[in-house]
Amino acid sequence: MELLGLYHYWVFAILLMIGFYAVIAKRNLVKKLIGLSLFQAAVFLLYITMGKVDGGTAPIFSGDGATVFSNPLPQVLILTAIVVGISTTALGLGIVVRIKEEYGSIEEHEIQETDKR
Amino acid sequence: MIVIFGLFLLTLLVITAIAIVRTNNLFVAVMLMGIASLLIAANFFLLDAADVALTEAAVGAGISTVLFLSALALTSERERAKSSNRLLSFTVVAAAALIIIYATFDKPRFGDPEAPVQTHVAPWYLEKTPEYIDIPNVVTAVLGSFRGYDTLGEVFVVFTAGIGVLFLLGGGVAAGSLPQEKINEGLRHHLIPRVVGRVLIPFILLFGLYVQFHGEYGPGGGFQAGAIIAASVILFALLEGEKRALSVVPERALLGLIACGPLLYGGVGLAGIVLGGNFLDYSVLSSDPVKGQQLGILLIEAGVGLSVTGVLLAIFHAFAARGR
Repeated sequence: MELLGLYHYWVFAILLMIGFYAVIAKRNLVKKLIGLSLFQAAVFLLYITMGKVDGGTAPIFSGDGATVFSNPLPQVLILTAIVVGISTTALGLGIVVRIKEEYGSIEEHEIQETDKR
Repeated sequence: MIVIFGLFLLTLLVITAIAIVRTNNLFVAVMLMGIASLLIAANFFLLDAADVALTEAAVGAGISTVLFLSALALTSERERAKSSNRLLSFTVVAAAALIIIYATFDKPRFGDPEAPVQTHVAPWYLEKTPEYIDIPNVVTAVLGSFRGYDTLGEVFVVFTAGIGVLFLLGGGVAAGSLPQEKINEGLRHHLIPRVVGRVLIPFILLFGLYVQFHGEYGPGGGFQAGAIIAASVILFALLEGEKRALSVVPERALLGLIACGPLLYGGVGLAGIVLGGNFLDYSVLSSDPVKGQQLGILLIEAGVGLSVTGVLLAIFHAFAARGR
């Protein structure tokens, strides 16, 4: 159990940084947004992992005599964050599409070159 | 057994994430992103977060993939440039990862019931939900009632993002005014997707409605239901073409839905004031405070569902209309 817990946090760290790498190193704007989504997903994973209680079940009183429940608060937070995340990602994609139409490219350095001219 | 399954899912997740970053083909990256979302959803389920798993599966694996693909159709599928400053970026990222991993050794043990996060306010919500609201799903109770203000804020964020996309890409041209050959026919000429879609779509819709109205008793609620219903209409649009989807749910209806959600939510809040309580205090909606709470949650969840469905569909149509 100890190992699984640490493993969850390590996967969070690695996933977070893989997403961050895509955001800072990749020049393609869609790829950057994909990286941002990964980054977001990693944060979601961290919150949900922290809410888990040993031997607990989902925080729904189903009348089957369960007495230990996992923490509902991180779940509420992340539930809304997922939907807000997709809306903001869509907004980002909308901006990328407009950039493509105006600059003819979605590669960062090409856009900057066009701007310099 | 569950431990092994968890380790397996997490390992697959890391492999998928590395593949997403390494591939040059954005189409492949988007598809892998869908797989990653599904893996995360399965993992959420193992961590007792049924509501979150449902949302992640519908949003991450369903709608997000469709939106990324429609954006790719308007931009390009290939990533042309090499990464910039690879070595520097990699060093920064690796150093940060090591620092975070070092910090994890100080974290409370996984699943520890005595961890600060479990002992602060969470027990209060678990204890008081039966007394104040008397619905089985604590997540819905916190989302809808105890933290109703926050959820109202989230609904407005979704609303604003939807309006933003409509401003950026335009509400789309009415499908009827386009020349016939330019209208996307969808996959109508492909037999198997069409037949499978026809069979599945009614059940997806029905499941969406179930999730919406059963959210107080089981995993579900407005956010999930909105995503599921939007996914079913998007599937319809992909199979039958944009035009038929817009004739089922017209543009005007979508704009109505987007506005309706926050209005209904805010209206319930104001009704609380009018009836002598505080903003978003549902207890005064009925003579019995507990019944009032349940009524309030039902209404605001309906508002959330309408708004999320409207925004996600409007965003999809905005992208699709741009491509023509």
